[in-house]
Amino acid sequence: MEIMMAILAGFLFSAATYLILSKSLLRIIIGTGLLSHGTHLLLLTMGGLGGKSAPVVADGVTVADYVDPLPQALILTAIVISFGVTAFALVLAYRTYQEIGTDNMDYMKGRGEID
Amino acid sequence: MLLFMAIVLPILLAIFIPLAYRSMKSIHTGWFVLLAPVLLFLFYLRFLSPVQQGEAQLARASWVPSLDFYFDIYIDGLSLLFSLLITGIGSLVVLYSIFYLDKTKENLGNFYVYLLMFMSAMLGVVQFDHTLALYFFWELTSISSFLLIAYWYKRDASRFGALKSMMITVSGGLMMLVGFLTLYVLTGTYSIRETIAQVDTIVDQPLFTVAVVLVLLGAFTKSAQFPFYIWLPDAMEAPTPVSAYLHSATMVKAGLYLVARFTPVFAYSEVWVWLVTGIGLLTLFWGSLFAVKQTDLKGILAFSTVSQLGLIMSLLGLGGFAYLVTGDAVETFTFATFAAIFHLFNHATFKGSLFMVAGIVDHETGTRDIRKLGGLMSLMPVTFTIAMIGSLSMAGLPPFNGFLSKEMFLDAVLGLLHADISTMTVAYLVPIVAWVASVFTFIYSIYFLWYTFMGSRKEEQLPKVPHEAPIGMLISPAILGSLVILVFFIPNVVGDWLVKPATAAIQSSSFASAADIEFYIKAWHGWTSPALWMTVGVVVVGFLLYKMLPKWQSIYSKWPERFTLNRGYDTLMDGSLNWNRALSDRFMTGSIRDYLVYMFAGMAILGITTLFTQGGFAISTEGLAPIRLFEIVLTIILVGSVMAILITWSRLTAVIALGGVGYTVALFYVIFKAPDLALTQLVIETISVALFLTAFYHLPKLDKHYKGKEDTSFRLGNFLISIAVGLTVTLIGISAYAQRQMTSISEYYKETVYTEAGGGNIVNVILVDYRGFDTLFEIGVLMIASIGIISMITLRLQKKKKGVTVDEIE
Amino acid sequence: MKSNDLILQTSTRVVFFIIFLFSIHIFFAGHYTPGGGFVGGLLMASAIVLLLLAYDFKTVKEVLPFNYLGMTAIGMLIALTTAAGSLVFNVPFFTHWYDYFDFPLLGKTSIHTAMFFDIGVYLVVVGITLTIIEMIGGDS
Repeated sequence: MEIMMAILAGFLFSAATYLILSKSLLRIIIGTGLLSHGTHLLLLTMGGLGGKSAPVVADGVTVADYVDPLPQALILTAIVISFGVTAFALVLAYRTYQEIGTDNMDYMKGRGEID
Repeated sequence: MLLFMAIVLPILLAIFIPLAYRSMKSIHTGWFVLLAPVLLFLFYLRFLSPVQQGEAQLARASWVPSLDFYFDIYIDGLSLLFSLLITGIGSLVVLYSIFYLDKTKENLGNFYVYLLMFMSAMLGVVQFDHTLALYFFWELTSISSFLLIAYWYKRDASRFGALKSMMITVSGGLMMLVGFLTLYVLTGTYSIRETIAQVDTIVDQPLFTVAVVLVLLGAFTKSAQFPFYIWLPDAMEAPTPVSAYLHSATMVKAGLYLVARFTPVFAYSEVWVWLVTGIGLLTLFWGSLFAVKQTDLKGILAFSTVSQLGLIMSLLGLGGFAYLVTGDAVETFTFATFAAIFHLFNHATFKGSLFMVAGIVDHETGTRDIRKLGGLMSLMPVTFTIAMIGSLSMAGLPPFNGFLSKEMFLDAVLGLLHADISTMTVAYLVPIVAWVASVFTFIYSIYFLWYTFMGSRKEEQLPKVPHEAPIGMLISPAILGSLVILVFFIPNVVGDWLVKPATAAIQSSSFASAADIEFYIKAWHGWTSPALWMTVGVVVVGFLLYKMLPKWQSIYSKWPERFTLNRGYDTLMDGSLNWNRALSDRFMTGSIRDYLVYMFAGMAILGITTLFTQGGFAISTEGLAPIRLFEIVLTIILVGSVMAILITWSRLTAVIALGGVGYTVALFYVIFKAPDLALTQLVIETISVALFLTAFYHLPKLDKHYKGKEDTSFRLGNFLISIAVGLTVTLIGISAYAQRQMTSISEYYKETVYTEAGGGNIVNVILVDYRGFDTLFEIGVLMIASIGIISMITLRLQKKKKGVTVDEIE
Repeated sequence: MKSNDLILQTSTRVVFFIIFLFSIHIFFAGHYTPGGGFVGGLLMASAIVLLLLAYDFKTVKEVLPFNYLGMTAIGMLIALTTAAGSLVFNVPFFTHWYDYFDFPLLGKTSIHTAMFFDIGVYLVVVGITLTIIEMIGGDS
């Protein structure tokens, strides 16, 4: 399972990289979204997926049964942060579009004509 | 602790200077500033007696006690001499500047802040027994020097001179830092005293010579030695008090301090002694030769400073021979060090006064051009007297202190002939070069004095009507001038209290304390003294050459302009600037996509190479969780959604597919026993989709520009980079899982969550308790993001109110 | 964003309070069972987003006249004060403290300073999310 998840995270990273390298602002933002999903899954995988119980103290559960809580805490932080970043990027994107009249990364540098 | 306070006192005072400058316009800010150096001078004066007895002052500040990392302040004779010079000359210079700089016209706030900063920095350089601290303060002096040279920053020449001095001294400083680090590698300590203590173990190592050369580069650039001296003449654009203080009395002597301080370590290396002596002599000769060419008063003084610094440097180098020889010769060479320190003190007095005289002349006549000056003697009698004392002392004539130290210098170079050293033929050159340089020193001293104050008056060429300077301006140079004479008559007071303790610090292998030194400074050595006859020769030949000056001064213009060092510096600067621009233009395209390509490609290449070359890759199938049907289904959904995002041209589809990815990930969290994550992910995905949909209103359709254009055409490069990045991540993920090197800190969390933190949900307790800092900063980041969003949107709204709408812009 | 969907509006009135109460519950439960400041805050925000979708910005603003930016600031202040509060007791920054009390009606309850910090987080998350949504939605 861990190996499969690592491959899945790699796949998400590939897709995210491809999107981020494209020219459209919206696709770049979507790419960053995928990138954070990939990172979260990778973090979770590195901690090991074989735990028997959620990391919550309950009757009849011993310490050895919990899954690793640390990656979860990190991911929780990361999820909320990536929401903030995505929102920021979105506003930046559409404000740029309104001001410059293009959302194409190349035109922003003055390469090529705006059609 | 008091010693540390003393170093930072000027910089602390500097905080209040702009305030004082602004709120009390009627009082010259300099009066407040004057407090610091005067107080400190008195403070350091107290140490004279104990230090002379051999009790060095010591203070220690721990920085990281657990790593045994501490800073020592160590004041022995050498440090004390410099500290007194810094604060003493500092007091006089500040006093002088009060009359030199007009309180209504100049921005005194800046000036004194820089000056105080320099004072602290310079005290730090000469007092810290820690190479890194020394380096820090060393660079701080360079920076404050830069700021002070560029004080009249509206002039091109000021900025050019400031930059030049900064480039040269800072690059030398960097070399010195590398030298210090090399020393650290050799000895394992940053403390200079400890380095001296274990010098036996390091002298034979090959890196030792590397350290020698690197540290010397620092000293040579700072002390304006050949060929790095070129920054000093350009630094004369600074206000004259600064030139007198930094560029003749103190900062340029930091290099001499460094050489002196490290003599007990490096003098065991022949490279060191010959380099210091040789470069010193060359600088002495070169500086004196070109001083005669100058027409700017301060230019003459600048070259003469270069030359005198070379003189002291060569004496320090000769002193270094004491570590290489045995027997009677040791005394000859320790005497050279003695002479070096004595001349260093004398130079500070007579050169300081001369700079102040040049400032007065500039201030009262409006020009420093020696061709326009002349005959000022009758108009400015006091200034003339001081100038005469300074110049004649510089020329090495009695009854001034320069005579004493010049004689000692000539004795020392002659002493080299009697010593038994390997390279005797070169040694014969030394006295000859020294003598020729002395002749030119004599010439430029007279040149400076005569052309300014004697001869015919050319008042019509002067921008101002010349008259004697105000009394306040004359106090400082007069004090220095009287010192020049006083020292001639009581040289051994200075010798016993200042010079001998400093010499003992440098020649620590020969003298345990200042009391062991038995040198006695005499003005008269009898008719058989060779130095006396050399001086007589200097005066005679110098006078003759001076009389014929107009005939041979033109040879200076024979030297082709193309081959001067200054031209070399300009070419180097322009060249590196152009080359760097060409280089950075090549890859700094300004396109974010290009930068992202560098980053991603770099990540993939570095990641994979490191993984395989360092043996980091490993696969472990132990303890893997089983794959169940549900997980396979989820994986398929996830891959499908991502593919949909990649191929679609509808933004709605893309966003919904992104939501799909998010919800699937949330389900993964459920499977992997992460209820908090699942909850958060579900809610946040909902809000994100809402967010995207709201923002859609403002964004263009995806297919507007791209459909049928570049993005559909398969971009192989991007594709390859993406695959490589994905591969790297996968490999790292697998390897990281396979190689657990130590137990996770999670074990601690799991065990203590109920007993210590009083909670049950470990994840939440980590967030709010164990790692609460992360969360605190996280909400901080969120807040910053929202403030960014608000400003992006509302700023535009304000613009609209002014009547410019978005449509109009478009 | 004007909406007149009657079914959505009617159900929202009920669902809003359910989510709201759930958000409060999950917040307080967070220290012992899944939940906490982040999730609670996000749920609360999503409830208000639902309101925004069902009604329009103006109506919601009238019903819930909060200054969300102020809310963020207050949250941040609470979080910081809690963290810095430990300094008063001469223990390192961010040291938490807890104990158990017997309250009438509630029974044995634990009071935990970490919970105050979590309240700060909750407020910041709600404030931020709604500031962003409001900003983008209100921008025409």
